[in-house]
Amino acid sequence: MATKRGEESEERKKKRMSLLEIKNLHVTVGGHEILKGIDLRIDAGEVHSIMGPNGSGKSTLAQVLARRETYQVTAGEILFNGRDLLAMKPEEAACEGVFMAFQYPVEIPGIGNAYFLRSALNAIRKHRGEDEMDAMDFLPLYREKLKVLEMDEKLMNRSLNEGFSGGEKKRNEILQMAVLEPKLAILDETDSGLDIDALRIVAKGVNAMRSPERAMLVVTHYQRLLNYIVPDRVHVLVDGRIVRSGGPDLALELEEKGYGWMETEARQTAPASA
Amino acid sequence: MSTNVNTIRDLAERDYKWGFITEVEEERIPKGLNEDIIRLISAKKHEPAFMLEWRLKAYRHWIRLEKADAEPKWANVKYGPIDYQDIVYYSAPKQKPGLKSLDELDPEILRTYEKLGIPLEEQKRLAGVAVDAVFDSVSVATTFKEKLAELGVIFCSFSEAVKEHPALVEKYLGSVVPYTDNFFATLNAAVFSDGSFVYVPKGVRCPLELSTYFRINAAETGQFERTLIVADEGAYVSYLEGCTAPIRDTNQLHAAVVELVALDNAQIKYSTVQNWYPGDKQGRGGIYNFVTKRGKCLGVNSKISWTQVETGSAITWKYPSCILQGDNSVGEFYSVALTNNYQQADTGTKMIHLGRNTTSTVVSKGISAGHGQNTYRGMVKILKGATGARNYTQCDSLLIGDQCGAHTFPYIEVKNSTARMEHEASTSKIGEDQLFYLQQRGLKTEDAVSMIVNGFCKQVFRELPMEFAVEAQKLLSVSLEGSVG
Repeated sequence: MATKRGEESEERKKKRMSLLEIKNLHVTVGGHEILKGIDLRIDAGEVHSIMGPNGSGKSTLAQVLARRETYQVTAGEILFNGRDLLAMKPEEAACEGVFMAFQYPVEIPGIGNAYFLRSALNAIRKHRGEDEMDAMDFLPLYREKLKVLEMDEKLMNRSLNEGFSGGEKKRNEILQMAVLEPKLAILDETDSGLDIDALRIVAKGVNAMRSPERAMLVVTHYQRLLNYIVPDRVHVLVDGRIVRSGGPDLALELEEKGYGWMETEARQTAPASA
Repeated sequence: MSTNVNTIRDLAERDYKWGFITEVEEERIPKGLNEDIIRLISAKKHEPAFMLEWRLKAYRHWIRLEKADAEPKWANVKYGPIDYQDIVYYSAPKQKPGLKSLDELDPEILRTYEKLGIPLEEQKRLAGVAVDAVFDSVSVATTFKEKLAELGVIFCSFSEAVKEHPALVEKYLGSVVPYTDNFFATLNAAVFSDGSFVYVPKGVRCPLELSTYFRINAAETGQFERTLIVADEGAYVSYLEGCTAPIRDTNQLHAAVVELVALDNAQIKYSTVQNWYPGDKQGRGGIYNFVTKRGKCLGVNSKISWTQVETGSAITWKYPSCILQGDNSVGEFYSVALTNNYQQADTGTKMIHLGRNTTSTVVSKGISAGHGQNTYRGMVKILKGATGARNYTQCDSLLIGDQCGAHTFPYIEVKNSTARMEHEASTSKIGEDQLFYLQQRGLKTEDAVSMIVNGFCKQVFRELPMEFAVEAQKLLSVSLEGSVG
């Protein structure tokens, strides 16, 4: 049993700590090492962006944070809110406040969008020791968020993502994020397949959620999205390593010069054994 | 509804919760099958002569079938030989003859049904459902009889119908499933002990859902009930049946027969939630559910719909069918069959089109988990005179894990060139990506699985009356417990 003083120091420790701390993360998929030692800290209130060429490991990082079990972590650790994220199952991480907007949201026939989202919200509320929300209380919340994302109310009774266009699916991801209010939101290439209008709507939905308690990790290939969601920090991932970190200007520099020069640079600085 | 996920989780953590045994004094006859046993059953039920004769004809026919080794072997199920002499064919709770009211019913039996969530006291029943409760071989209670009688609707146990309405019984008994129909139907005709009887008179829309709740309690007994439903011209009736049994480590035989008759412009909706004891996780024990169900759309514009949710039984062998005799008649079959652990199901339907412009719809959803084997077997037959007949068949299988199997055997026979047939089939696995998506939103694995499965079955569930649909969803979750590691 912790003493009162002990609890306070725990609290202070938490404040000092980042919301997300990734240390020397190595990840293997099907025998291939994809992430080769990632170090990253994100504090609450910050928006970070991970950029990089195709195959650099961006999505792998997102999936590992969401605790997808097909990825094998061979070394390193991840602390989320001071807790060992790698020890958590996907649903546990979700209940603790990790949310990932999927690059390819799945379709599930026969499950209504609204019913699904309320079930998810209630799973999380239950985990937090809060009362479950019934359909009557849920509806106004859902409607409000639908409006922000300029989505048709008719969607709510359709099956989960079934028959949705690419843009509708992505908006539905942000809608779910808006309802579930995570502590850490990971956007995995949310901009891919979006036209400029949809992109603006999605960005509006994301920006509305920026808050001092919430961190975001925006994974993207293109700088375009970052015109709308302006990050505090940008990290460039090349061949499983973060080769460069900087402010929002770094994204612009990349847009101008492409990834090529950085890949060359990365190859030159990489250890010979890699 | 807000507690839906909750309830599912609570239920998923339980085993077969209907497996208890009721301590009640039983009156049972000796094991075995012979003419004396048939006569004894008939005598116990004070049956008129035509019934005994019919039973004996069936029995003699069955003896021939047994000698000819005519027990059906074509189904995609495996089980050891059944010793028909080692079964008790009649077992009934001891009670005073001629119960005047439910107060006279053995309180143990009342409690049994209450435990099962079927309170028999009328004031406790939800409005809108009348219940016939069958306990082992006999019907022990039927609710709301008087209220229904005011409309001319007859809803009573089969035994009572034989005594009170012999003309109706004699006219329709065996008219859809003759005693010669098949091995198990023949056995049923010889030894059936009770069941439900419904007659809805001309032009009456039955205002209550009629429901029979079957319970096997006694050990080493078989249950052979028979249900007969007749909807006269322009009548409508919705009928529900539910079933459970105690956990026992030996197999028990359940060979029932259901006959439906719909006259001109009549409609019968028949829903089943079958939850007989499925056996344990190693496949020991469980009910052999060998059932013949058939409806005849005798009149023009008549309609018969079968909806079934089959989660129980060690082995299910069952093909609720429609004979579409009247012109413009409609047959429907909506089915969810789930096999988990070592359960086996060979189920489907037969749609026999005789009349002109007859239409049939078949929607079958098979779910296999564990080592379960699930077979859809369906026949659509368009006969020569069935001009303008149409059929739509959709047959989907869902696999959970890699030890189970799904099999599909559609038979199509068309003798009239104007027929229009559509057949769609699919087999899918619960994908890791689907599961992960739901888990990433905070749902536990078992909730995620039951959500995907319920979504898969939605087309069928929406055909069920509301109360049953909720029950069916819960049942699926319980039956899937432990199917995903």
